[in-house]
Amino acid sequence: MAMIEIKDLHKSYQMGSNSLHVLKGINFSVEAGELVAIMGSSGSGKSTLLNILGMLDEANEGSYELDGVPIKNLNETKAAQYRNKFLGFVFQSFNLINYKTAAENVALPLYYQKMPRKERQEKAIKYLEQVGLKDWATHLPSELSGGQKQRVAIARAMAAEPKVLLADEPTGALDSKTSYEVMDLIQKINDAGNTILVVTHEPDIADMCKRIVHLKDGVIVEDKKVKQVRAAQYV
Amino acid sequence: MRFIFDLNTWQEIFGSIKKNKTRTIITVIGVLWGIFVYIAMAGAAKGLDNGFERAFETVAMNSMFTWAQSTSMPYAGYKTGRRLQLKIQDVTVLENRIPEIQYIAPRNAKGVFGDTPAKVIRGLKSGDYAIYGDFPIYTKIATKKIYDGGRFINDEDIAQNRKVCVIGERTEKELFEEGENPIGAYIRLDNIYFQVVGVHKFTPGGGFESDSDVFIPFSTFKKLYNTADNVGWLTIAAYDDADVVQVEKDVKGTLKNIHKVDPRDERAFGAFNLGEVFNKIMGFAKGMTFLSLVVGIATILAGVIGIGNILLIAVKERTKELGVRRALGATPKEVKSQIILESVFLTTIAGVLGIILGAFVLNIVNILTKDGDFPYANPTVPIPYVLGAMGLMIVLGTLIGLIPAQRAVSIKPIDALREE
Repeated sequence: MAMIEIKDLHKSYQMGSNSLHVLKGINFSVEAGELVAIMGSSGSGKSTLLNILGMLDEANEGSYELDGVPIKNLNETKAAQYRNKFLGFVFQSFNLINYKTAAENVALPLYYQKMPRKERQEKAIKYLEQVGLKDWATHLPSELSGGQKQRVAIARAMAAEPKVLLADEPTGALDSKTSYEVMDLIQKINDAGNTILVVTHEPDIADMCKRIVHLKDGVIVEDKKVKQVRAAQYV
Repeated sequence: MRFIFDLNTWQEIFGSIKKNKTRTIITVIGVLWGIFVYIAMAGAAKGLDNGFERAFETVAMNSMFTWAQSTSMPYAGYKTGRRLQLKIQDVTVLENRIPEIQYIAPRNAKGVFGDTPAKVIRGLKSGDYAIYGDFPIYTKIATKKIYDGGRFINDEDIAQNRKVCVIGERTEKELFEEGENPIGAYIRLDNIYFQVVGVHKFTPGGGFESDSDVFIPFSTFKKLYNTADNVGWLTIAAYDDADVVQVEKDVKGTLKNIHKVDPRDERAFGAFNLGEVFNKIMGFAKGMTFLSLVVGIATILAGVIGIGNILLIAVKERTKELGVRRALGATPKEVKSQIILESVFLTTIAGVLGIILGAFVLNIVNILTKDGDFPYANPTVPIPYVLGAMGLMIVLGTLIGLIPAQRAVSIKPIDALREE
């Protein structure tokens, strides 16, 4: 069964008197364990699609099922609970909470899962170890480099053990060497069986995924499996 | 409700408060100042209240004096300007006719209202002192503290026209050697020997007596100065629940009736109503208490609004953070509760600090004003007032926290996270 199943997805924004049709009928499914790159120039609708997949936004038309659970008519509370349970987010600008240490940041989604503090801390350390930042656990984000911040963000996204990891331009703010380190990490997480969607506009990053979906003007123009380029060779 | 008692919630709140120290301190100072002003003012008002009460403690608070003057209207065949004289018989009539009267003490004096004081001699020492002719009942109206070993005039003294006297502190100092026991000694009052039976302590604020006077039995006074049934003035105490203003009217009315004075004649009898004066002063103190309540609450309100304002700015600053939290699974309710709890927590901490500071300052003022005539004693704020203020602050803190909290969740996470 597909992990993500969307059918005939439409989304338009009301901009004053005219409406902007951003997604014009997207049909798309992702199997468990896939590593998918969503590509497209700006304005192609790739971020909108990711926002809908991330339950941060809702489609006007069409259906969306996540691991067999229909996602529709969610109120804010329900959406928050689903996001917490099903999804992990990685943002371009990391979005770490600047007054919390790396470990506290990683533990935050677990706090919203009502996990006891001790367990939360243990788990946060465990995931920081996986991204190679165990020694940085008590540091504030301002004391970390960009690559380290993104690795903390990935640890945070993984800590809640989500079904799908959504990464919105995860390497957008990083130089290419750091980008490859981050992609190496993402590939390793994918190797462990996790489903990951990466939005990017950099072809070399897309080539490191297993499948590339091209979006143009709100429709999928190309959807192909590719031979994965391992990031490890560049690191 | 479980949310409030959850340790995790508090860890989150402490985290956010600790990491925004400047904001927290400014916020706390606002409310702290408010509650401090409230406590200090309420306490000071209470201290003033207690001070007045202390100043009047030697005199029955609902007492009055009345004396006779001259008529200003012709009545019942008498011409105007007739000199009136209170008589000892008036006392019984007043007692019978006005049930509100608790005690009534007729008094006579020499050397108080402009006439020559009595010459008092003991051995080689002498002085001029005011002499009062009193009944023992007088002490029920104006407490006289008598030093150990002495007593005030009693009923036997009156019945037997005893030549005994109670002297003031200064009288004692001027007539006796230091360390000498005046009780039982004799002094000469206008050439008549009197035995000293007591020395009274001078307390300021009670009537027009001083520390250099001599009290003798009313009946002895009568014989000594040939006052017959004449009474200088009446000191009257009404029951605690009586309306002293009405009692004054009734007393004057009855006296006018006895002495055949026109009921409309306002000048025939004079009166000084301590109760009325006291009520005015207590009214002033009550006004102060009320004022402090209003000002204090207004200041607290201003402080709490300040908290709301700062939290509102903080929410704006933290838009992104709150967006991240929501993307990570914080429900709108959780975000709201966190902000409201922050508000309530800050308000409460500030309140407690303000109460402590206020109590501290009140204590210092109390120590500074301990000695001296300033009517200020034991400034306290009743516990219900303090609890009320705390309750008010918690309620206001919650209400004001609702605004930024609502603001925080009204922004969609997607908008909060949008890159700019």
